Amino acid sequence: MEKGRGVHDMGGLEAGPIDRESQHAFEWWEKRVDAMLVLLSGKDRKLITVDELRRGIEELGPGAYENMSYYERWIHSITHALLEKGILSSDELGRKMAEVESRADGSA
Amino acid sequence: MSDTGGHDAGHDHDHTPPPDSSEGLGHYNVMEIAVRELLIDKGILEPGQIRAAVEAMDSRSPEGGAKVVAKAWVDSEFKARLLDDGTAACASLGIEMGPTRLAVVEDTSEVHNVLVCTLCSCYPRMLLGLPPDWYKSREYRSRVVREPRTVLREFGTELPDDVTLRVHDSTAELRYLVLPMRPTGTEGMSESELAALVTRDCMIGVTLPGVPA
Repeated sequence: MEKGRGVHDMGGLEAGPIDRESQHAFEWWEKRVDAMLVLLSGKDRKLITVDELRRGIEELGPGAYENMSYYERWIHSITHALLEKGILSSDELGRKMAEVESRADGSA
Repeated sequence: MSDTGGHDAGHDHDHTPPPDSSEGLGHYNVMEIAVRELLIDKGILEPGQIRAAVEAMDSRSPEGGAKVVAKAWVDSEFKARLLDDGTAACASLGIEMGPTRLAVVEDTSEVHNVLVCTLCSCYPRMLLGLPPDWYKSREYRSRVVREPRTVLREFGTELPDDVTLRVHDSTAELRYLVLPMRPTGTEGMSESELAALVTRDCMIGVTLPGVPA
């Protein structure tokens, strides 16, 4: 990577052929992440901007950026922004994630 | 996308979301559920709003953009307004751009326009729905600003050498839509027949509108 160029900043770089055919079907959780951003950034709430979403994504290191899927990067960045703004605390997020996981395990 | 859980398989055309409580939830899937539930607990989101927003997004498709292009082809007064202020012209058709502005770029016999978002995936989603995977890919974002003619050739689009190619890099606030040239041989066609010739890819600028048989 060129010095000073972020991992997201790929305009003009060399790259291989474009895969025009592959199209994954969006999973429901991916659509919900998209909807969450639309709602949180909309004029009724204005809790997060698209630029803040982008900043959170652009701050991912090259390894994480490349290894995460598109909406994984989004939910990571939305969550990061909500924590940064104090809308969520890391404690309550941790507890809620553990609860969701145990619910999922319980039904398996 | 292998670690996000395969619990949605077979639900692509089914509008009933699968239950959240499913085995093999990936880390980010769990994060989405947790954040959503916390936002509802705090009264920031209401139950049902996410679902409504997903349905609104699912209802958007390139047909919206095609309607705008076909109208511009038959109505020169609308076309002038569309090129002057795309946001307002679309609003007059009931298509709201939300927090973004729309700039419509017109193809002519001298200039051909192509859209990209090199930094992420900004796209005129209110007019075209969600972007195709290739639009978000490293390969497209890297190369279309460097060798647009070669990229267009991969899409089967060969432009004469004397046509100027303009690549527009979208931003969070400003989205573009290509107004392609109306194909020759379409003089007698109705607005809805014309709209059927306008594809997603030709409004991104990587292909040209279909020519009627």
